[in-house]
Amino acid sequence: MRKVFKATLALVVLITVSAFTTKSNITDSGYKIGDVATDFELENIDGKMVSLSDYDDAKGFIVVFTCNTCPYAVAYEDRVQGLNKKYADKGYPVIAIMPNNINVKPGDNMEAMKTRAKEKGFTFPYLMDAGQDIYPQYGATKTPHVYILQKEQKGNVVKYIGAIDDNYQDADAVKTKYVEDAVDALLNNKEVKIKETKAIGCSIKV
Amino acid sequence: MKHLFLILTFSFFAFGNQYISIFNSNQNKITDIPYLKQDLKIVDFDGLEQYLATKDKSKTYVINFWATWCAPCVKELPYFEQLNTMYADKKVEVILVSLDFPKQIETRLKPFLIKNKLQSEVIVLNDVDANTWIPKVDKNWSGAIPATLIYNSDKSAFFEKSFDYKTLETELKQFLKQ
Repeated sequence: MRKVFKATLALVVLITVSAFTTKSNITDSGYKIGDVATDFELENIDGKMVSLSDYDDAKGFIVVFTCNTCPYAVAYEDRVQGLNKKYADKGYPVIAIMPNNINVKPGDNMEAMKTRAKEKGFTFPYLMDAGQDIYPQYGATKTPHVYILQKEQKGNVVKYIGAIDDNYQDADAVKTKYVEDAVDALLNNKEVKIKETKAIGCSIKV
Repeated sequence: MKHLFLILTFSFFAFGNQYISIFNSNQNKITDIPYLKQDLKIVDFDGLEQYLATKDKSKTYVINFWATWCAPCVKELPYFEQLNTMYADKKVEVILVSLDFPKQIETRLKPFLIKNKLQSEVIVLNDVDANTWIPKVDKNWSGAIPATLIYNSDKSAFFEKSFDYKTLETELKQFLKQ
């Protein structure tokens, strides 16, 4: 009986603590630099399932949480496309994941994703996090939100988290290309200088 | 997930009327809205900082970051308006910081403000170097909106989340002396 009471008490404490932890530290959950990122199996716009482990030749990945309906994500579409063109052949393909709840944002459903990808001529997979259980593991909070992973012995290690560059309004006025600088550093076996950045984005719709 | 959806649907119906009553005003003129009598204030982060530091020590400031294109932000705007009205005599000031794109200020933001007759002060933050200024608002802010900062001369609290009126009021009350 006492054991049961102790166990219950422990559980209550745990729940209380975890409730407060999530409440006050939303942005502290998810991956930090150096963590091993989870693989996944998510449906692509062509109906096929895609996992990071499918990419035998990749040296790493540019994982972009993005969507159709966020103006910031839309502002970066061409630049995301540009990243894939520049880095896929060098071993860092773009993997785009749409994390929103489509009941809240019908404009992000699979049909809409297909249409958008066709209009923009996406050359990278555009996957749906249908169960909404991948983005919380990464700790993505908004679109667009980028994670650069490097393939190592222990798995896909997080090397950069944040924005694509420092000017969402005007690609020509960008001063620092955070993602390009990070991938270039990795390709040259150098340490990524700016490992984390912040940017305004649309909250992921749950 | 299904439950959450039901709750959201319910809250829409429950609070929907209130939302409409505040937002259902037509034929408004610019002159009805104090901060639009002169042109809308557009600031960079240096300009915003004066709004983030206590000007009047007896006041509590509620700073909400939003944009017309952000659905959850638009949904909670009536609660901030309500707060601004209900707590005006308690020395509470609500400031709505719009992150609308500069090219949409004339075409989208201003018509929205006039149509919905927002009474809290609205200013536009136009500063692309978000990586520099976001951590200055709060070190834990990822940059997702809606986001809200409540502060007075004693303390401050930051929220990267959506509010309903009751939760917002509860948080505000922590700042008000009894």
